[in-house]
Amino acid sequence: MHAEIKAAGRRINFAQLASMREAGLIVIILALCIAMSFASPHFLTWGNFRAMLMSFSIEGIVVVGMTILLIVGGIDLSVGSVVCFSMVVSGALFLAGLDPWTASLIGIGVSALIGAAMGFFVTVIGLNHFITSLAAMVIVRGMCLVVTKGTPLSLFTLPPAFKAIGQGSFNNIPYVILIFVVVVAIFDFLLRRATAFRKVFYTGSNEKAAQFSGIRTNQVKFWVTVLCSTLAGLAGVIYMARFGAATPTFGAGMELNIIAAAVIGGASLNGGSGTIFGAILGMALLSVVTSSLILLDVSVYWQDMIKGCILLAAVSIDHFLHRKKS
Amino acid sequence: MTQAPILEIRGLSKAFGPVKALSDVRFELRRGEIHALCGENGAGKSTLMNMIAGVLQPDEGDILIDGERVSIHSPAAAQRLGIALVHQEIALCQDATVAENIYMAAINSRRAPLMNFQKLYADAQKVMDLLAPIPVRTRVADLSISSQQLVEIAKALTLDCKVLMLDEPTAALTESEAQRLFSIVRGLKERGISVVYISHRMAEIFSLCDRVTVFRDGRYVATDQVAAVSPDDVVRKMVGREITQLYPDKLAPQEPGRLLLSVEGLSDGRRFADVDLQLRAGEILGIGGLIGAGRSEIAQTVCGLRPSTSGTVALDGKQLRPRSYGDAVKAGLVYLSEDRKGSGVFLDLPIAANISALDLARLTGRLGLLDRKAEDRQAKELTGRLGVRMAGIDATVSTLSGGNQQKVAIARQLSVDPKVIIMDEPTRGIDVGAKVEIHRLLRQLAGSGVGVIVISSELPELIGLCDRVVVVREGSIAGELTANELGEEAIIMLASGVQDSSNQRQAQNVA
Repeated sequence: MHAEIKAAGRRINFAQLASMREAGLIVIILALCIAMSFASPHFLTWGNFRAMLMSFSIEGIVVVGMTILLIVGGIDLSVGSVVCFSMVVSGALFLAGLDPWTASLIGIGVSALIGAAMGFFVTVIGLNHFITSLAAMVIVRGMCLVVTKGTPLSLFTLPPAFKAIGQGSFNNIPYVILIFVVVVAIFDFLLRRATAFRKVFYTGSNEKAAQFSGIRTNQVKFWVTVLCSTLAGLAGVIYMARFGAATPTFGAGMELNIIAAAVIGGASLNGGSGTIFGAILGMALLSVVTSSLILLDVSVYWQDMIKGCILLAAVSIDHFLHRKKS
Repeated sequence: MTQAPILEIRGLSKAFGPVKALSDVRFELRRGEIHALCGENGAGKSTLMNMIAGVLQPDEGDILIDGERVSIHSPAAAQRLGIALVHQEIALCQDATVAENIYMAAINSRRAPLMNFQKLYADAQKVMDLLAPIPVRTRVADLSISSQQLVEIAKALTLDCKVLMLDEPTAALTESEAQRLFSIVRGLKERGISVVYISHRMAEIFSLCDRVTVFRDGRYVATDQVAAVSPDDVVRKMVGREITQLYPDKLAPQEPGRLLLSVEGLSDGRRFADVDLQLRAGEILGIGGLIGAGRSEIAQTVCGLRPSTSGTVALDGKQLRPRSYGDAVKAGLVYLSEDRKGSGVFLDLPIAANISALDLARLTGRLGLLDRKAEDRQAKELTGRLGVRMAGIDATVSTLSGGNQQKVAIARQLSVDPKVIIMDEPTRGIDVGAKVEIHRLLRQLAGSGVGVIVISSELPELIGLCDRVVVVREGSIAGELTANELGEEAIIMLASGVQDSSNQRQAQNVA
């Protein structure tokens, strides 16, 4: 774990701002894990960790896109709907006779188009991300119901090679987790090192100043919006492979969990700051808490309430620390 | 000492964490005087004002009103004591009308359940008209910065105050607006209101104020009768060292360099028309004129930040048709925005990232990855050259003083080795020391063959720094002044377009 802290804080200008937060999150997660290992014999088992990782791996892919979008100063409330739409479209195309790989690619492509449409309304028409994606959330959810006529698609006929994406594993490590790790590693690296992603920080930090530095901020915002939806589409396809079914109501409320994770991990709703690593830690914290609550036999009715309190606490502490500094 | 001063500060100290903003300062404001408070940025002027206005609480020391110790817990408490503060930064509700902003305090304390808008608008307009004919039903967001500043001042005038504190009220005002403000402040003085006046501009202090107090590095330095000291004395006390020369030497008259930038017949169809400009290597060209005359718009259009409808721009002999600012930057033409915090720097990003923002391509290796080491080298080189005082290149720009923030913004412009650099109000709100450094730097740049254009509302800056000044009035070039024609009167006459005795009086007042 120490190595991880080092890795995150390694003389990286942008990560430096967030490294304190990340270290803090790691400490909290570790403390929770230690406490839980005493409280429940089932907690500290590979089985439980695997289950926890599985549970947030696919959502974690969406968190990556959301974090980058938050950094540019946007937000996307439609990710839950897009995850579902990608799943439903791919499923329907498969049932219509297409091979599942092509069907999935089309599903992801359609998700990207939804992102492009939102990007159009944000950059050309000039609406803000919140309203645009709120509308998209409702519209796309409606599209899911239209495509499926309201009933879940049963996809048990999916070929085993495809189902393996969601269900199989390599050396006892599920492919789902591997995909997640690869996506996180790629985007964490790009966000820190790639010139194109540096423009995301400039735009989110001060859009006017970015324009006065010759950065085409509308282009940046457009492509980040597309990226976020595309990653949601990818997550949808993986969910399809995992469940072997496509439910038109899947993913409702997912966006809140995802935004919460990114914000706990240090992404600012005002744009300009955030890290993938932090957001994933935020996701991990929420996941460990959920798992703990289940193992401790806490009623499900309490879980959302507790998660909400954690979000509030994390953001308050951060606000307090920042205010002290300045 | 027959009468206690209306406001007295004794042994006041305030620290923010480990930083001592004020230590053991004193200050005395007599009834009915205009008292200037001077000091470089970071000297603690604004901190003191904020404590008197109840925004901040002192760690130690006393505030006395009419000789009685008071503790001012909140801005509302300050208002009850008759203290009003016009902040340096505009703090208005952008989406409310001018009238609603002016009477915000009154609306807040009203008991009546419904608003009487007719009366509100009529009263507000009466107050506003004292300063400028700004319609009070306008939304504040639709006003220019200078008009917003006037609304701030109007707001303070409606409060029934005994002590009025103005924190750099003219920073965003045009000459004529400033003049009107001065006559209002003099009127207030006659009504027995005491005024604390913070400003960097010696001309204003010496034409308006009775006494001047100087702070340096959070400490009290001296209080003098304005009549008994010279501007040089005050500046010396502010910086604590001898500034032998406020402005660098000008270009020797016999060396006009080659033509670097040539603008012909430039129009944007809205704000300005048919603008011609020539800039030669080695010279600093000033652009003067009233705020709103179209100076910034012309500069931004030349750089491709705004579209033009006709006209040509040639850089170093080559036609430039910038479709975007990025193209202009590649060609070697850069623009520094007048609004430092709003569009000049990225406050929350590190210094190094601020400097590299203008041309990431030159720091990008294969695979589209940013060369961090090169970025750091560039930042170290430029911050060293410009003398940016900072904790390190990884510190965020928000940790720097205004002058150093501006140096970072200039470093960004220099990072692309520009041929021509256009600076819009490069020293607005910057303390004397940093100002002198920036002026020297600009002269040095010009000397090395870079074309420098400076847009400024500060007449002494145009006159002291520039080799030649063109004056813009209502979107067209009103005239050009060469080095030996330069003078405040000449600029004001061209800028206002009126040549009568009142204008000359104005000019003398400014001088």
